[in-house]
Amino acid sequence: MDYLLTEEQIMIRDLARQIAVEKIVPIRAELDEQNKFPTDIMQALAQADLFGIFIPEEYGGLGKQSLELCIAVEELSKACVGVSTSYAANALGTYPILLHGSDAQKKKYLPHIATGKKLVAFGLTEANAGSDASGVQTTAKLDGSEYVLNGTKQWITNGGEAELYTIIAITDKAKGPRGASAFIVEKGTPGFTFGKKENKMGIRASSTTELIFNNCRIPKENIIAKEGMGFIIAMKTLDSSRTGVGAQGVGVAQGAIDEAIRFARQRIQFGHPITSFQAIQHMLADMQTQTEAARALVYSVARFIDSGAKDVSRASAMAKLFATDVAMKVTTDAVQVMGGSGYMKEYPVEKMMRDAKILQIYEGTNQIQRNVVALDMIKDASRAK
Amino acid sequence: MSVRVVSDKCTSCESCVTACPFGAIEMRDGKAFITEACTMCGACVEVCEFKAIEKIDESTAAAADLSAYKGVWVFAEQHKGGIASVVLELLGEGRKLADKKRTKLSAVFIGHSIKDKAQDLIAHGADIVYVADDPALKDFNDDSYAAILTTLARQHKPEVILAGATAIGRSFFPKVASSLYTGLTADCTALDIEAENGHLHQTRPAFGGNIMATIVTPNHRPQMATVRHKVMKPAPRDDSRTGDVIDVRYTQSGNPRTKVIKTVEEIGETVNICEADIIVAGGRGLGSAKNFALIAELAKVLGGAVAATRGAVDEGWVPYPHQVGQTGKTVCPKLYIACGISGAIQHVAGMQSSEVIVAINKDPDAPIFNVATYGIVGDVHEVVPIMIKKIKEMRG
Amino acid sequence: MNIIVLVKQVPDTAEVKINRETNTLIRDGVPSIINPFDMYAIEEALRLREKHGGKVTAVTMGPPQAAEALKEAVSLGVDEVVLLSDRAFAGADTWATSYVISQGIKKIAEYELIIAGKQAIDGDTAQVGPETADMLGIPFVAYIKKIEQIDGNKMLAERLMDEGYDVVETSLPALITVVKEINQPRVPSLKGKMKVKSLKVTSWNAKDIGADDSKCGLKGSPTKVVKIFPPAARGQREVLTGSMEDQITAVVSKLREQSFI
Repeated sequence: MDYLLTEEQIMIRDLARQIAVEKIVPIRAELDEQNKFPTDIMQALAQADLFGIFIPEEYGGLGKQSLELCIAVEELSKACVGVSTSYAANALGTYPILLHGSDAQKKKYLPHIATGKKLVAFGLTEANAGSDASGVQTTAKLDGSEYVLNGTKQWITNGGEAELYTIIAITDKAKGPRGASAFIVEKGTPGFTFGKKENKMGIRASSTTELIFNNCRIPKENIIAKEGMGFIIAMKTLDSSRTGVGAQGVGVAQGAIDEAIRFARQRIQFGHPITSFQAIQHMLADMQTQTEAARALVYSVARFIDSGAKDVSRASAMAKLFATDVAMKVTTDAVQVMGGSGYMKEYPVEKMMRDAKILQIYEGTNQIQRNVVALDMIKDASRAK
Repeated sequence: MSVRVVSDKCTSCESCVTACPFGAIEMRDGKAFITEACTMCGACVEVCEFKAIEKIDESTAAAADLSAYKGVWVFAEQHKGGIASVVLELLGEGRKLADKKRTKLSAVFIGHSIKDKAQDLIAHGADIVYVADDPALKDFNDDSYAAILTTLARQHKPEVILAGATAIGRSFFPKVASSLYTGLTADCTALDIEAENGHLHQTRPAFGGNIMATIVTPNHRPQMATVRHKVMKPAPRDDSRTGDVIDVRYTQSGNPRTKVIKTVEEIGETVNICEADIIVAGGRGLGSAKNFALIAELAKVLGGAVAATRGAVDEGWVPYPHQVGQTGKTVCPKLYIACGISGAIQHVAGMQSSEVIVAINKDPDAPIFNVATYGIVGDVHEVVPIMIKKIKEMRG
Repeated sequence: MNIIVLVKQVPDTAEVKINRETNTLIRDGVPSIINPFDMYAIEEALRLREKHGGKVTAVTMGPPQAAEALKEAVSLGVDEVVLLSDRAFAGADTWATSYVISQGIKKIAEYELIIAGKQAIDGDTAQVGPETADMLGIPFVAYIKKIEQIDGNKMLAERLMDEGYDVVETSLPALITVVKEINQPRVPSLKGKMKVKSLKVTSWNAKDIGADDSKCGLKGSPTKVVKIFPPAARGQREVLTGSMEDQITAVVSKLREQSFI
């Protein structure tokens, strides 16, 4: 289906696709098996200018927005969600600086992010703060001209590989939700170390580690905006990045469908290719229809966000929850279509199924997304007398 | 020369449009029209059933008197004093050409401490051997080798010079052709003297081996050509043959612009596949590096070399020196067994002149069966083990 | 460093198929691409520029549509491009091509290194590199698999030979051809692709480069194609029958008869 993309959006799509096909597909199985970070692919993405898509031109980026980012993420996800997560998490970590950073901070950090020279990670989650973000316990105490950070972040994507980390920490416990602030911490700062790399079910190319802060001192200029803005910055960041996760869902679903139908065409049983059986045909039809609906929703919401709309939480939550639920169903069905072969590591769909699961969990579980949608609907309904 | 359409005869069948390798023919107003992309190859003239396309010969300026050029020469490449095996094939072919032209066959032999080997060249058919033996010529050098051959050619005016299409041949031979402002045809698979005008007809594959082209150098001399190893038949040895050995003095002029600092030989555990008489090759159809071991086993049982398609090399199952095809090596063994290879043109271009080709592929429509002498439609993972077993049984 | 890269637009011979009935090439829908070996040349030039600074210029001789190949080079990061195009250049063999290219390079004038791919996949001759070097009067080294260093006006590089490699030192300026082992070509960049949109390709004709008409194109070519024909159908082809086991037995017997076993 033609989504009437602009010439530049098509350019971005085709380039991301070229990298996906030439560089990601040949090594995705190896990255998955060895839990290996895709360093060479990150370099290729950097050199292709793909890290700068959503960074303003004045900081060396291309000045594009969510839809362009979604298009790139979708193409990379068709090949490997582990790689696209490493790429998309970079945007996640950058949004705090992009949306709320000072001019000085933007000037200092955005150019390196745009060129892919420095990767970024977003540090919110903790052992006691998953869906309940208010459970954050990492503290940041002002001491003279420095903030001192103490605490541990859990399950942080790009942990250990990124140079820059945007961290949410409590500056004033008494103020509750208004007591958190956002900070920029650079790798190598004394007192900042990494825990071991997690051994995950899927997206194994992505590096997931703990971030350990032990009396880590950072210059007080590294606070983003001002004290108390932490959760607002976090929420706005997640609002902006949800469509990206939706795009991952659309991508992996499409990748799975393409593999399944390719296999099914040449798999002969009972004297016919299995694509000639209605059971398979109906499964394929449902898979594609759901994926197309997810794609249409993700693109529409991205366009809506890019139009400058103020209140995007409900829309972005819907895009994320729908597309990722579709991805889980479609990748599972793809394995089913391929039967025993689909279960084997020789074929890529079992990995796609394992990879898809996280999409329903991270960046706000689909249960939390449903809360967001419902609460927004109720708020609207109460206003409309 | 130009090629043009005789409109009244054109029936708009469009056979010429599809036949043109350069896409230079289009239909305009219902008639064939030849655009400026035309290279005058004449493929359209050949294919038109209605003789509606003709080639018009507007002769180009004739070069200097061609009859002054006589003799067939062969560049006798050597490595560490040993004559390269392709040279014997060049001498074999050169002898045929020289005999047709009723002229002498000479060899140009450049190196250091090689004089005593000149006799070998004579035994293989050379009537004259020009030897440039000097310490400065021990290692191959583009500038000095080209200078010597160019000077000799200017002096003695041979009609034909042949060289092997080896790393050395392909490197300096074009430089000689350029200096002499003459034609050079690379990788010839056939050479012949045209009866009518005595020109050397040089035939070679083009477009990755999809078509063959015959090329001539009508107005320039010498006519130069390179030939790949194992394409022509080597000359037989006849120790009773005699010939002249002529010393060529070499004086180095100025400092060499390039020099070899050191030579590193990579002696792999396997035979250089271009030299092998039997090759067993594997493609993507094998599925994994583990399965590729089957290829090695079959090769071992037959005493042959292992080769692979680009697909298998890209997967990392076997290193690049084993790659056969357009961007790999061209081989010409007596027996080539293609296992799990589809037969894409870029691979076939590298092995289609093998004498006997056996193809194993589970797809009956695989293009490899178009070039195979014997084809087995089956899963390579099943066929190869059975084949190995039967070969062992047959040996007893 | 000023580096010139020689580029050729070729039909994707991997996609070219033979019409089995008429034994002619099926060119419909065969895309034109940058000669694959030239991609390695472009990549090496870009890496040298990254290391030593300077400018990379891509040059090609061809019909107007060859500009597409130059645009692709720009999307990869090449700074400037020159198209050598003139009706008089058509039908050129390697000598006439090298003549035109060397005339074009003489007009560009400033360069320390010229890099070309090992061979073009349509002509497969590998002759334009060395012939152009000869016409420019500069040293030539073939099959470079690694450039070790460039120091002032000397270059140290590894040249692939049939059974290993040589380490060669050459004075600059020089012309080299490169093989696949040398690097991994990059994909285009978005900024590069955007640069292409507003790009006007510089095109020089015979007069612009001071080329002697009698040395260009078909007229200037010492070699001429007299015939094009399909490769001979391979002789004796046997269709084997019976079960797979029978077929294998039959083949093995034949190989035995022919003394392979």
